[in-house]
Amino acid sequence: MPDINSLSVGDVVAETGFSITRDSLVRYAGASGDFNPIHYRDDVAASVGLPGVLAHGMLTMGISIGPVVSWAGGAENIVDYGVRFTKPVVVPPGEPAELEVKATIGQIDPEAGKVRVDLTTTFEGNTVLGKAQAWVKL
Amino acid sequence: MVNPAIEGKRYPRTSPYLVGREKLIEFANATMATDSNGETAPPTFPIVIQERSLKQVLTDPESQLDFSRVVHGDQRFVFERAIVAGDELTSELSVASVKSLGGNHLVTFNTEIFDATNKLVCTAISTLVVRGEDA
Repeated sequence: MPDINSLSVGDVVAETGFSITRDSLVRYAGASGDFNPIHYRDDVAASVGLPGVLAHGMLTMGISIGPVVSWAGGAENIVDYGVRFTKPVVVPPGEPAELEVKATIGQIDPEAGKVRVDLTTTFEGNTVLGKAQAWVKL
Repeated sequence: MVNPAIEGKRYPRTSPYLVGREKLIEFANATMATDSNGETAPPTFPIVIQERSLKQVLTDPESQLDFSRVVHGDQRFVFERAIVAGDELTSELSVASVKSLGGNHLVTFNTEIFDATNKLVCTAISTLVVRGEDA
């Protein structure tokens, strides 16, 4: 677990890339129980006016916290995690969608022994999560 | 479409969900977590429990919630402690607010998740955007 006294606001604590394929979406659908067909059927996605099959917002949220969990020494140290879903991640049938996740220290509360980690998750040059913040107990 | 009158409505406690080790590993793998031990749940796992409560709203004739027009707006989890394998979890959902915004409705749900001793484990806060007919 990182030492809270060694951290400064602005420190980048994790930076990781992830490839999301259609397989990833099927796997997440099964694991989460979210079987909305817009996450695996092109015809259904098109029929409701979407630009293509979309990754579950919750998959993007779940992937994005992974590097922070590793950095924090376990999921039990994540005490609060919230995001806004601002842009969809379109996953084509062939090529994977590439996500970049960057975790930066946004605030340090030494008395409570907690830090706020701000997440920037990017797909095709745009951030797809807004106000993505996790409070981590150190 | 959603019925604004459901604001403030509380739905009944769900039946217990037993958190299994293999389920936690499956969920961790699906969210590409590298350090899944099957003991502690990944931070977004409580969505599975929230979903059980949300089903009550979707099947409630009073809510008139058209799920085909729903987009996930935001999501937050506030933990009292982490969920672990072996937990028996129940949840209770209340409709915190229903707001209108430019032809769409924003519905915010608070789902409290309790363990077998009835202690609060996590509060899941979720806003769904229900797109209007012409949106």
